[in-house]
Amino acid sequence: MSNYLGNYSLYIALIASVYLIFKSYLDANSENKYLDKNFILITSIQTIMITVSFFSLVAAFVISDFSNETVFNNSHTLKPLFYKVSGTWGNHEGSLLLWLLVLSIFLFIFLLNSRSQDTKYKLLTILFQQIIISGFLVFILLTSNPFKTLYPIPREGLGLNPILQDPALAIHPPILYLGYVGTSIIFSASLASMICGNIGDKWARHIKKWVLVSWVFLTIGILLGSIWAYYELGWGGFWFWDPVENVSLMPWFCLTALLHTVIVLQKRNSFKEWTIILSITTFSLSMSGTFLVRSGILNSIHTFANDPSRGLYILSFLFILILMSILIFFFNQNKISNTAKENFILSKETAILVNNWFMMFFLSVVLVGTIYPIFLEVLNGSKISVGPPFYHNLLIPFLIPFLIFMSFGPSLKWIKDKLKKFNYNILIIFLASLLISYVILTKTENSFLLSIPLIVLSIYLLLVTIKDFFVSKSSISQKISHFGFSLLITSILLNGLFSNEFNSNMKVGDERIFNEKVVKLKEVNVTDVDNYKSLKASFEVTNKNSSFALYPEVRIYKQPLTITSEADIKTTLFSDNFLVFNILKDDGYYNVRYQYKPLMIWIWISTIFIGFGGLLSVIRKNEQKY
Amino acid sequence: MSKNIKFLGLLLTLIIIFIILLKGLNVSKDYSNEKLKSKIDFSLNAKKLFSDEIINISDLFDKNSPSVVNIWASWCAPCREEHQFLMKLKDMNINIIGINYKDSPKNAKNFLSSLGNPYSEVITDNDGTKSIEFGAIGVPETFIISGKTNEIIKKYIGPLTNENLIEIKNLLKKNA
Repeated sequence: MSNYLGNYSLYIALIASVYLIFKSYLDANSENKYLDKNFILITSIQTIMITVSFFSLVAAFVISDFSNETVFNNSHTLKPLFYKVSGTWGNHEGSLLLWLLVLSIFLFIFLLNSRSQDTKYKLLTILFQQIIISGFLVFILLTSNPFKTLYPIPREGLGLNPILQDPALAIHPPILYLGYVGTSIIFSASLASMICGNIGDKWARHIKKWVLVSWVFLTIGILLGSIWAYYELGWGGFWFWDPVENVSLMPWFCLTALLHTVIVLQKRNSFKEWTIILSITTFSLSMSGTFLVRSGILNSIHTFANDPSRGLYILSFLFILILMSILIFFFNQNKISNTAKENFILSKETAILVNNWFMMFFLSVVLVGTIYPIFLEVLNGSKISVGPPFYHNLLIPFLIPFLIFMSFGPSLKWIKDKLKKFNYNILIIFLASLLISYVILTKTENSFLLSIPLIVLSIYLLLVTIKDFFVSKSSISQKISHFGFSLLITSILLNGLFSNEFNSNMKVGDERIFNEKVVKLKEVNVTDVDNYKSLKASFEVTNKNSSFALYPEVRIYKQPLTITSEADIKTTLFSDNFLVFNILKDDGYYNVRYQYKPLMIWIWISTIFIGFGGLLSVIRKNEQKY
Repeated sequence: MSKNIKFLGLLLTLIIIFIILLKGLNVSKDYSNEKLKSKIDFSLNAKKLFSDEIINISDLFDKNSPSVVNIWASWCAPCREEHQFLMKLKDMNINIIGINYKDSPKNAKNFLSSLGNPYSEVITDNDGTKSIEFGAIGVPETFIISGKTNEIIKKYIGPLTNENLIEIKNLLKKNA
């Protein structure tokens, strides 16, 4: 029943989409002053249909309706309700349906929110957005229909990959998709404004909200993915430069650049073409992300779907969209009125331009690292593996100039700034950061020459952003985000510098001494939980004057048979103690990995700060105009 | 004029990227293709796990009958799972060569001493490059390689199952 409901409502949504494409195209060429009421009506019908379709899939998952192939492949009656629901988007078909749902809801909100905009501009935005929606609808109906039925009806499902049974991962895809899909609105709107020729400060103010919303969701989505990798994969890191992680980071760099550029467009009415190029690129990168992850062209532990015919479809669709946007860009370029004003070297505009250069550089490094192995394999059949060293070697040295720029760029004035008289505050802050870095660096042995300027500058930037809370006139949201960013960089650097670990085989009763700490394996308890067997170990870590217990776990899932290790992590404000163990054989020995990771929690907190700044800027209507 | 050149240049770049990615899709199809006929470079040198001696890998293969190559690591949970099947293969007198992927020698030796050693020889692959030479994309992976022609007869990605075991037995009989 829910299968038919879900399936046919998708067809109705497709019909609505086709109607809207033709209607908006025709109306955009006529001289109608007002938006036909049908648009809101049909768009709401479409949104409702897609919502119905999505929730009928959710319902099928909740009641474990195994006549549905997607449910059969990804669910199981023994699974907790929460993971039954999140199982809806934990697979290829369901996740695309979620993409589609967010696409249509965003368009609907856009229509409600842009009443005051020009009619032609709105019509064209609907047109482009509907092209994207219909593309996804056809893709789902042709290659990845989530409502395929099975007969005879199986009695039990095949279960969901247990490493996907995690709260952070359950909400990670929806949040990330909100970010990705938000960029589609920016894309459609910038193409529409390109044709209307209304790119300028007004348009910037209107689109800035969407840029901010997508950026906040993307930031939080990446954070959740990273938290999942840290807690669930049990490798003790938070970022692995895995291709699938990279494809979410690339649109983020681009969107961050756009976020800054759009402010210049709003205040100074310049950087028009660059804003459009960034909008198109951001969306193309989000789409490429979907292509790379969903086509199986990448080989990564995160790629769960693998079907070349899907890849072919997304690739063609992606290139049609890019081609369309390039054509529109080139043939409407002359409509952009040249309001660019003279730029002075020492001005906020230049500082933002420099920020953009850095973002583009970071983006290119990640892009090359992700795409180049694929190209090389096609061109001469050789396989290379690009790992963390590549990214670290190329990115970290460039953090030095980036941090310098970021420390003074945001406080420059628009148009033209003067070199002020010598500022004693800056000198005091700089000396303070030198002193702090010196104290920090004497505590570690494994420091390199490069880490000295990095630590000094990151602490300097951190102090400057704190100082800005009291003296700078810029908006509070910017201060929070910039403070969050400097905190993030500082935490990552210190975390990398001071992390250490040991790896050993232990049996119950064994003790190991590590960095003046005694790690003792006290006992291992075996219990049966609903859908897995659990081996819970009890460790005691004794410091000079304190001790704490850690309880890592090994889970043996029944459906499908999979063994996962749940690390136990003791988190304090200063450090994380990370312990994970593995079964060797039945002779009582366990493989134990213990890691000490300072300031881990600050990596999450600082990212929340970054996102919160953006959120604040969306909510606050009377954001100070700086 | 210059605008047109820019446009054409961009268009050309896009088409090239499109073609390469299109080809890339087919490459990944070949990846798990069961009849892939690529050869192994037998001139490769590698270090033995137990003796630290550097040898040429061609010495490990039996020239007259096919051998099984298994890529594994002590930290990899599925490897633990498939280990029992490798032990069964060993009991059938099949030559199994182990490649120890990105592992610490100590843990690897512990792993083998506790679970049993099915391998006739284990070579170490600290940086993962040896496994790349074999075309592996992760652990565990198992290859059946003909000693005569150096060709990969069959490749298994992921842990072996009971069915694979029967298949391997038949394959080795056929190619002996």
